[in-house]
Amino acid sequence: MYIMSVVYNRKVELYEMSWVLRDGLRDSLVAAAPYGGPIAVMKESQCLSPSVRPQLDIYTASGVTMATFPWKSGPVVQLGWSVSEELLCVQQDGTVLIYDLTGAFLRHFSMGQEVVQSHVSEAKIFHSPYGTGVAIVTGSSRFTLATNIDDLKLRRLPEVPGLQGAPSCWAVLNQDRQTKVLLANGPELYLLDNTCCTSVLPGGSPLDGVFVHIAVSFSYKYLALFTDTGHLWTGLANLQVRPAHSQVRPHPPPSVVVLWERLLLVVAVGGDTVQYPLDEACVCVGELDGVRLLSPSRHELLQEVPLVCEDIFKIASMGPGALLLEAHKEYQAASFGKCFLTNLSPEAFVSVCRDLRVLNAVRDPSIGIPLTHTQLYPLAIEVCVCVCRLVYRRLYPLAIEVCRYLKTPEYQGVSRILRHWACSKVQQKGESDEVMVRCISGRLADSPGISYSHIASKAYDSGRTELAIKLLDYEARSGEQVPLLLKMRRSQLALSKAIESGDTDLVYTVVSYVKNEMNRGDFFMTLRNQPVALSLYRQFCKLQEQETLKDLYNQDDDHQELANYYVSASYREKVQANCYVSASYREKVQANYYVSASYREKVQANYYVSASYRERYWWLKLKSLAEKEEWEELEKFSKSKKSPVGYLPFVEVCMKKSNKYEAKKYVTKVTPEQRVRAHLTIEDVEGAADAAIERRSEAEIGTVISHCSSSSSSSQRLLLDKLQRALTTANRK
Amino acid sequence: MAAHLTNGRVNLNILREAARKELREFLDKCAGSKAIVWDEYLTGPFGLIAQYSLLKEHEVEKMFTLKGGRLPPADVKNIIFFVRPRLELMDIIAENVFSDKSNSRDYHILFVPRRSMLCEQRLKEQGVLGSFTNIDEYILDLIPYDGDLLSMESEGAFRECYLENDQTTLYHTAKGLMTLQALYGTIPQIYGKGDCARHVANMMLRMKREFAGSQNQILPVFDTLLLLDRNVDLLTPLATQLTYEGLIDEIYGITNGYVKLPPEKFAQKKQGEGSKDLPTEPKKLQLNSAEELYAEIRDKNFNAVGAALSKKAKIISAAFEERHNAKTVGEIKQFVSQLPHMQAARSSLANHTSIAELIKDLTSKRSVQEHRNAFEADGFVFCPVASEAFFDNLTVEQEFMTGVDTDKVNTYIEDCISQKDPLIKVLRLMCMQSVCNNGLKQKVLDFYKREILQTYGYEHMLTLNNLEKTGLLKLQTNSRNNYPTIRKTLKLWMEDANEQTPNDISYVYSGYAPLSVRLTQVLARPGWRSIEEVLKMLPGPHFEERQQLPAGLHKKRQQGENRTTLVFFLGGVTYAEITALRFLSQMEDSGMEYIIATTKLINGSSWIKSLMDHPETQIP
Repeated sequence: MYIMSVVYNRKVELYEMSWVLRDGLRDSLVAAAPYGGPIAVMKESQCLSPSVRPQLDIYTASGVTMATFPWKSGPVVQLGWSVSEELLCVQQDGTVLIYDLTGAFLRHFSMGQEVVQSHVSEAKIFHSPYGTGVAIVTGSSRFTLATNIDDLKLRRLPEVPGLQGAPSCWAVLNQDRQTKVLLANGPELYLLDNTCCTSVLPGGSPLDGVFVHIAVSFSYKYLALFTDTGHLWTGLANLQVRPAHSQVRPHPPPSVVVLWERLLLVVAVGGDTVQYPLDEACVCVGELDGVRLLSPSRHELLQEVPLVCEDIFKIASMGPGALLLEAHKEYQAASFGKCFLTNLSPEAFVSVCRDLRVLNAVRDPSIGIPLTHTQLYPLAIEVCVCVCRLVYRRLYPLAIEVCRYLKTPEYQGVSRILRHWACSKVQQKGESDEVMVRCISGRLADSPGISYSHIASKAYDSGRTELAIKLLDYEARSGEQVPLLLKMRRSQLALSKAIESGDTDLVYTVVSYVKNEMNRGDFFMTLRNQPVALSLYRQFCKLQEQETLKDLYNQDDDHQELANYYVSASYREKVQANCYVSASYREKVQANYYVSASYREKVQANYYVSASYRERYWWLKLKSLAEKEEWEELEKFSKSKKSPVGYLPFVEVCMKKSNKYEAKKYVTKVTPEQRVRAHLTIEDVEGAADAAIERRSEAEIGTVISHCSSSSSSSQRLLLDKLQRALTTANRK
Repeated sequence: MAAHLTNGRVNLNILREAARKELREFLDKCAGSKAIVWDEYLTGPFGLIAQYSLLKEHEVEKMFTLKGGRLPPADVKNIIFFVRPRLELMDIIAENVFSDKSNSRDYHILFVPRRSMLCEQRLKEQGVLGSFTNIDEYILDLIPYDGDLLSMESEGAFRECYLENDQTTLYHTAKGLMTLQALYGTIPQIYGKGDCARHVANMMLRMKREFAGSQNQILPVFDTLLLLDRNVDLLTPLATQLTYEGLIDEIYGITNGYVKLPPEKFAQKKQGEGSKDLPTEPKKLQLNSAEELYAEIRDKNFNAVGAALSKKAKIISAAFEERHNAKTVGEIKQFVSQLPHMQAARSSLANHTSIAELIKDLTSKRSVQEHRNAFEADGFVFCPVASEAFFDNLTVEQEFMTGVDTDKVNTYIEDCISQKDPLIKVLRLMCMQSVCNNGLKQKVLDFYKREILQTYGYEHMLTLNNLEKTGLLKLQTNSRNNYPTIRKTLKLWMEDANEQTPNDISYVYSGYAPLSVRLTQVLARPGWRSIEEVLKMLPGPHFEERQQLPAGLHKKRQQGENRTTLVFFLGGVTYAEITALRFLSQMEDSGMEYIIATTKLINGSSWIKSLMDHPETQIP
């Protein structure tokens, strides 16, 4: 089912190594980072007497020394590089020390307490979409994983049944977004994941012998197993020989490289082999599209010839590329022909040329980053790998040049480089704060998207608080300044920055921080100078801390608010008191209201003679009486004195209780102006009509008509005629 | 589904779709079946973005309302809390999580509109922060409400900004405007009037600096942004709106685009059945421009609605009569194909005729008591006016607005107090008098206050105090009353307002032209420089800012092409003001189209209500 194509291999020399190694690479721990990364070399410690400290050297891929220092910590089991080119050194006691490219110590973490006792017997450093991970196996045959060293979560994998001592070989796999360990114990294979350990069998015909090597491809897609009987099994990482449900495979699976002391064997699919004898011991470094071979004198790249190159250089190839090459040889102009292609978009041509120039620049031995074109944009990340590499090596000018040349958006390219530069700048000692700030702000001034707070926090981390504060002043996003200012205990400044940002949540955060930090008096004084914060804090207190609110008002001598506070507090108490008694407050108040009506009437009658109070008293009383349906009392009341509110209200309150009978009693007492309305209120249209006609008021007749129009009984119609006639007479006048 | 958003000048559906996409993304982050626990306050605004069907598609099986105690039982993998960032809600969530015994569940919090460190801190103190798998924010600032209308649906915005000096809403406003600019391009010109407007503009400019570099390359849709503080024009919301939509809102209250109406008028009258069982549930209707008829009549003065409805009725019945003319099969087929549309039009007509009748009953002079009773029984606490009272009320309002006797105790207000009319109505009138008189004299103010406290209870002291703090009610200081000057300069009162075929925005209040909209109108032509004096009399600074556009995005305007202005009312806007702006958009020679944005749609009553304090119900 595989496309049986003949695969060509090529071995290209990248560099003549400029390093000087006394004993070659033998007996050394060597780690080279992928994507043409740096090389770390450490002499195996056990070969040396304990009194001599091993030397740790960091070189570029071309062998230029970047750092060299004596190793002072415990014995190292494994070296490795993280995706961001940090050197990871796994010690025997499970401690992982992290260094940067220049050999500066960054931080360390431990792979767990139990490892201290049982020791790390083997360790592997691997890369996954989540970052860089570390896997170890202990002397007591237990595996521990950390999938991402930047977000450390240790996972102790379950025990492998029957495993005594170290497994014969193992590898870390990445399947279904999970990190697993594949290990061999003699002739048996086990797959370990978070929860269980499963025994597995490679697909295809059964293999005999003991597994001695497991290799996983760079992409975690393919797997190779090697037995002590000399059998090599290749297949997919899920141990199937071929994909479960795939008809066509565009790419044949990669070849497997087997390395012996003096021999390199490339095994292609189908079993074709190519042998390369070696003159010195080599170290193999897996890459996305090949294998790098490191030897004391040379650095070579072994890869399958990419199809495009094959098309060009294959003997008797008639591919377009080959023809173009021929044309180039003849006419010295590769791009000459494209002028004749009117419909060809030049974009691809231009971008490839641009990329090639960049690659040539970084491959220069003085830089020493042997990237291939395939490796330039892995996983379609927005910034190309070489820029990151340059930044890690602090080759800022070249990185900026590359970004400008590649036309990377400034936000993602140049600004990031500058930020990196500034971060490393602030960690340097020696220069005064002023010089440093001027230097940084001068360089970064008009670059968009620079996070000064990030730089400032770096400065703070390296103990330069004053510098950090000065740098923060340049931060445009005040929101970003606040957390750091709080960390540096500049709460006053943090508060004013938070207010400046307008983000009230941020203000609250600072306020609650300040509240815990200061004594109450100082806290209140601080708030007093910041009205916005003060009013926010008041809101907070209203909901959460009523008592504090009182203190706040007291301090400010805000008598008005203090009064309000007491008013609402006393109302609240009343409610709470009433909660014990089952009757609700409202009911009680309502009840009181009616009961006290008579009391109030007395008081008010005695007190106020003013018109408005009398009116209100009348309203109050007549409403209460109607509410209690004390009609006799109401009638008595109406006769007690001349009503200051007129008699229409009497009609209305009766009707409110739907007592037409009582309401009628008062209609006659209503003043002529309101009589029509009174009649209408008791739904007496005839009466209203008569009253309106009597008053000869056009408007009022109109009102009555509008009330009649909806029904159509004969009496209504008669009435309507009558009104219409009246209207015309009224009009005539 | 959101047809009402796409038919305007600016396609606001883009905003809605962006919001929906974000919601879907969040829901997909929580794999498996889900139950949503809602902060009740959010359900309304969310309804404008997504219906239940969208949630269901993403495995939301249950929905609960957030309350203390235990969560109701639900057999789901994920529990998601949709909450505003409020401390008291965090306590409830903590209680919920603690009492939930099943430990196989994942909890998530979605903060709307922003996550808050303060709240997370609280959760941490309560010891539940670690229980949450996802803590996320759902940035829902400006919600598309209609084709030309965006609202933040933030109820307490005015109270927060002008009473409590809490600028949270303003911050959200600025953020919302940034989101809007990300979708519709940078707005080159910003005008504003008022302190809050200044603050928002400052924040916007600052945020723009912060995001410098990540500039979007979108051709600007809006030419101008006008930010207006509500306290620049306190008068307009106090007046009773007299447009159809405005009156529906005044009487029944429109919330989140829906109105609840008394059901009697909407009883299905089927032949032969009679009306034996009346529906008891209030009738719920959605009101927006998707409904053709409503779009046509919403902005009319109520006095012109009757005529419009009867005209429409004639057209529809004529359309139905067409069937008699349909002779050939083809003609019949064509008729039938139009049927669904016609039937929809007919039911829409029936609904609006009923609503118009309901309103007419309340605003025209008949059977006072009947309605008052009906309202009080229904629990409409602030039934504004009924018939006779409606006119009396309107007369007084118009007297105030024209400056008649605003410096004396008004007898109508006095009567209302003695009769213990709804307090909100009294406050509304009183505030109006104060605003139209540039404050009340000590004697008058004291009189009103005393009357109110003695009649309605002393707890209202707090409310009165609030009104004074926001400037709705104030003591007249020595300075002279400048309202008449403002009225004359801006032509706020038009004697001959034409209600049927309007020629000026004053028709929306039958004479009064809303101050806020006049400011907008003057800004467009001839510009604010002509009214410098008046602007100085109104509170807060006025300003103009320009935002630099990226090169190549300058609009090449075609001859006669209208400009678009986004008018943002900070602290709320009334339906009548929106209507007035729509009227300006439609005026042939205005050359300007308006899109309206606001913190909340308000009317005088809901506005005053938001400023009231009820000490006996506020238990912390």
